[in-house]
Parts: sequence; structure tokens; C-alpha cells
Amino acid sequence: MNPVSAKYSRKDTGWRLFLRTIVARAYPRIIGQQREMSWVIFEVVMPMLAVISYVFVYRALEAPQDYIGFVVMGGAMSAFWLNVLWSMSSQLYWEKETGNLALYIMAPNSMMAILLGMALGGLLATALRAVTVTLLGSFMFGVTYEISSFFQLFSVFMLAMIALYGMGMMMASTFLLFGREAWHVANLAQEPVFLASGFFFPIKFLPFWVAAGASFIPLTLGMDAMRQLIFSGGFQFGLFSVQAEIYALAVMAVVFVASSKFLLAYVEKLAVREGRITESRR
Amino acid sequence: MQISTSWRSFRMAAWLGWMIESNWTDPFLFAVYSIIKPLSGAAILVIMYGVITKGNYDSNLFPYIYLGNAFYIYVAAVMTGVSWAVVDDREHYKTLKYMYIAPIYIPIYLLGRGIARFITGSIAVFITLAAGILFLNVNVQLAEVNWILFIVSLILGILMLAMLGLLLAGVTLITARHEGFLGEATAGALYIFSGAVFPLSVLPDWLRPIGYWMPTTYWLELMRRSLIGNVANAYPTLASLGNLQILGILLGLSILFGTLSIFVFRICDRIARERGMIDMTTNY
Repeated sequence: MNPVSAKYSRKDTGWRLFLRTIVARAYPRIIGQQREMSWVIFEVVMPMLAVISYVFVYRALEAPQDYIGFVVMGGAMSAFWLNVLWSMSSQLYWEKETGNLALYIMAPNSMMAILLGMALGGLLATALRAVTVTLLGSFMFGVTYEISSFFQLFSVFMLAMIALYGMGMMMASTFLLFGREAWHVANLAQEPVFLASGFFFPIKFLPFWVAAGASFIPLTLGMDAMRQLIFSGGFQFGLFSVQAEIYALAVMAVVFVASSKFLLAYVEKLAVREGRITESRR
Repeated sequence: MQISTSWRSFRMAAWLGWMIESNWTDPFLFAVYSIIKPLSGAAILVIMYGVITKGNYDSNLFPYIYLGNAFYIYVAAVMTGVSWAVVDDREHYKTLKYMYIAPIYIPIYLLGRGIARFITGSIAVFITLAAGILFLNVNVQLAEVNWILFIVSLILGILMLAMLGLLLAGVTLITARHEGFLGEATAGALYIFSGAVFPLSVLPDWLRPIGYWMPTTYWLELMRRSLIGNVANAYPTLASLGNLQILGILLGLSILFGTLSIFVFRICDRIARERGMIDMTTNY
């Protein structure tokens, strides 16, 4: 057998297939971005427009400089929320529209691996945009950072991302059942979440139970903890202690990722039974 | 161009747009959807303002920000309502080519498609204003409102925004990628340069002239002044100009941008036909 035949006749199964599926689904998200850099421009420009607007509002109100930093951080983190909404939650709906979803389900791979690949690719690609927004915002508005604990900051960020993308995976399976309303539902989940999660102001200023309820969105606690860790006066704006928020994020990360597996299996079965896998309700 | 054909194009496009915008769910959910999004946007600003001023909503600054933001809903709704019709018909429903061969006028058809978002935008503006007046002490006294200025400015502004939407629709016709972002990016940029929620004086000196060239700057100022006369004193950017002067500037800029829009749309339309972009589907 020649080397080419040998390479392509080898069948991956089990964990090897699972991992290869993750890499295969993450690949277009990361490499595709390098091939079409104009995406980066738009996905940096859109959050930057919001950042600039809110920074100027704070400047007009003569707010302390810390608030400018909060807006820059919120703008950077909004890239992750938009990515989860449009490229995770809605993704299976788009795949259905373009006819790929049936192929995913027919192929001998795990749908969970496809979702994990989407999450991994989306996370890495969006991280580049978030870093760009942070650098641009910091440079334009003179934001300075004073990190009190690199380890805690890294833990908070990673746990928030795992929980957030786990939530995205849960939502992706739910969106499988949607038709034309998918676009509207994703669209609806932008501003209300920006408000409830305190993207542009400390969440502490919302009524306690509203803030506590919004804490089920991982970015709420993630940003609250990050604000406390990277701004000199950040601790006075914290809703809970950083330690408590790390524990809560860890629980959410496990629960959301595990739930997404069960939800996906259930919804996939439901969608197959109701004939919604190939249905395109325009 | 026959008036009957234009009217038919407009009327059918408006009806079609309304069906597309509204019939994806039941009326109650649609109403909730139309209200929550703009109210959330307004609430972000209200909380930001409240946090910094420690809840002092009696200042003239607050209605300046609140009213500017409320009426800005029209900018995004009307502009993107017109331009998004190109994306919707070409990429999603794949019907734009049929519209082109139907006995209708395409620019009028696109303007008609914007009506649906104008209606939903109007509901959102009304709800946002009502919430501000009822719960946030935005001091609009109905008896003191300059209704003539309000109505004239509103009509002129909506027409101006529709024409800007047509300009965007033209650019969308010849754009293969990111066309969906064009409306949002333009609306986002205008939010900054129009002094919607902060005065132009906050912008760096070199950016400020852009704001003075934007018709939306004058339109928002007129909307504020018509509802609350003394709000102009909150930020003195345009305080030296009287209502009629601002209305004159708005009219002049509207005519300028309207003419430019027709010109740009015609050019883009011709390019799109020449390059076979009317039925282009990129799935991008």
C-alpha cells in the first residue's frame, strides 16, 4: 500500500476520532480567519464603536478614569458574547440553512466533538479580536492596569470562557429547534445581556437580585472578578469576592459543558423525530 | 416613472417587509422583542448616568442623553431597514432577481421595505420616551412641546434617514462580503459623530467637523429642542443656533445627502447589473 493510501485508509475511532473532529471543526475558525482578514476588521470595529461611544459618555459625565477601563474591558469581552451568540448558538441553525447539518449527523463522528471544535476555534479566534480591542482601547484612552494576581486572573478568564462556551454549546442544541426565529432570538440576546451582565458599568450597581440572577451568564461573574483584579480601585466595585466568583465559575463550567452533552443528545433526537434537521423554514 | 407604479411598489414592499419582520412569532412575543432591545440600550445609559451622577436625574444632561438615544433608534431602524432588504432578498430569500424583473421601481421598493422597521422603531421610540417620562423624570410637558417643530423635524429626519438607507443599499448591492455589517457599522459610527448621547465638544478637535457635516446631528438636536426647549443649554455645542437655523441646515444637508444617495444608488445599481451581482449568493 502506498503512503497516500495508507494515510487515508486508516480509520480513526474512539478518542482519536473525537479529537480529530474537534481539530477539524476548529480549523476553519482559526485558519479561515487568517485567509479572510477583513472579518477581523469588522469584528474589531463593531465592538470598538460601542467602546468609543460609552467612553465619550463617561467623559461627558466627567467619570473617574477607572470607568473608562471598565468600558474597554467590557468592549473586549463583548466580542466573546457576540461570538457565542452568532457563531456558537446560531451555528447549528446556519448549518441547517446551508445543508451541512445533515452531513454532520450522518458522518461517523460525535456532535459533541463538533460543538467542542466550534467552541475551541471560536474562543481562539475571538481572543485575537478581544486582545486587539483591549490594546486599541487602552492606547486610545490611556487606560492603565494594575494586576493584583496573575494566577487568579488567568483562572477567572479560563473558567469564564469554559463556562461561557459550555453555555454556547447548550444554546446551540436549543437553536436546532428554531426556524426563522433563530436570528431574532440571537439578536434579542445582545443588549439585554450587555445590560444585565454589566459590560459597561460595575454589576454591583444593579439591584442585588438582578445581579445575582444575571450571574448565571458566566461573563457577569467573570468580568466582575476581572475588574477587581486588573484595576487599582476595582475591589470596591465587586459584587462578590474574587474567590467566591472563581468557585461559582468552576461549578458553572462543569454544569454547562455536561448539560450541553445531554441537551444535545435530547434535542438531536427530538429534531430528527420531528423532521427539523433538514427543514429550512425561511 | 409612473406614480401608480411607484405607489404599488412602495405599498407592496411595505406589506412584504412587515410580514417578514413580524410573522416569525406570535404578536405578544413580537411586541416584547420590539420593546426589550431598545429599552435595554437605554437602560445601560441610564445606569451609567446614575452611577456617575449618584442618581441626579434632574439635570439637563440627562434628557439630552436620554432623548438623543431614544430618537437614535430611528437612525438604525430606518437606515438598516432599507439596506438590509438587499441582503435579505438576495442572500436569504434569493428573490432579488425576481424583484428586478417585476414591474416595480427598485429604489421605491427598497424604501418601502424600510417601513416595517420604521413602524417597529416608532413603537420602540414611543415606549422608550414613555418610560423616561413616567419613571425617570424626563421633563417633557405635552402642553409645552413645540409640536410643529417636532412633526416637521420628524418627517424631514425620517426622509433623510430613508435616503441614507438607499445609499447603503446601493453599496450593499456591490458588496460581496460583510454587507450585513454595513448598516450596523454606519449606524454605530453616526452614533459617535452625531452627538446622540454626548456633545460633539467631547470629541477630539480633528473629529468634530465630521459631526458638523452629519444631518443626524441637527435632527437629534431639533427633536430634543422640540420636546424640551431648554435642553439645548445642557451642552452648548449648537446653543448659538436658533431652531429655524438648525432646521435650515438639516434641510440643506438632507437635500445634499438625498441627492448623493440617488446618485450613488444609480451607479451601484448599474455596476451590480453589469457584474451579475443581482442574483449573487455568497453564503458568506
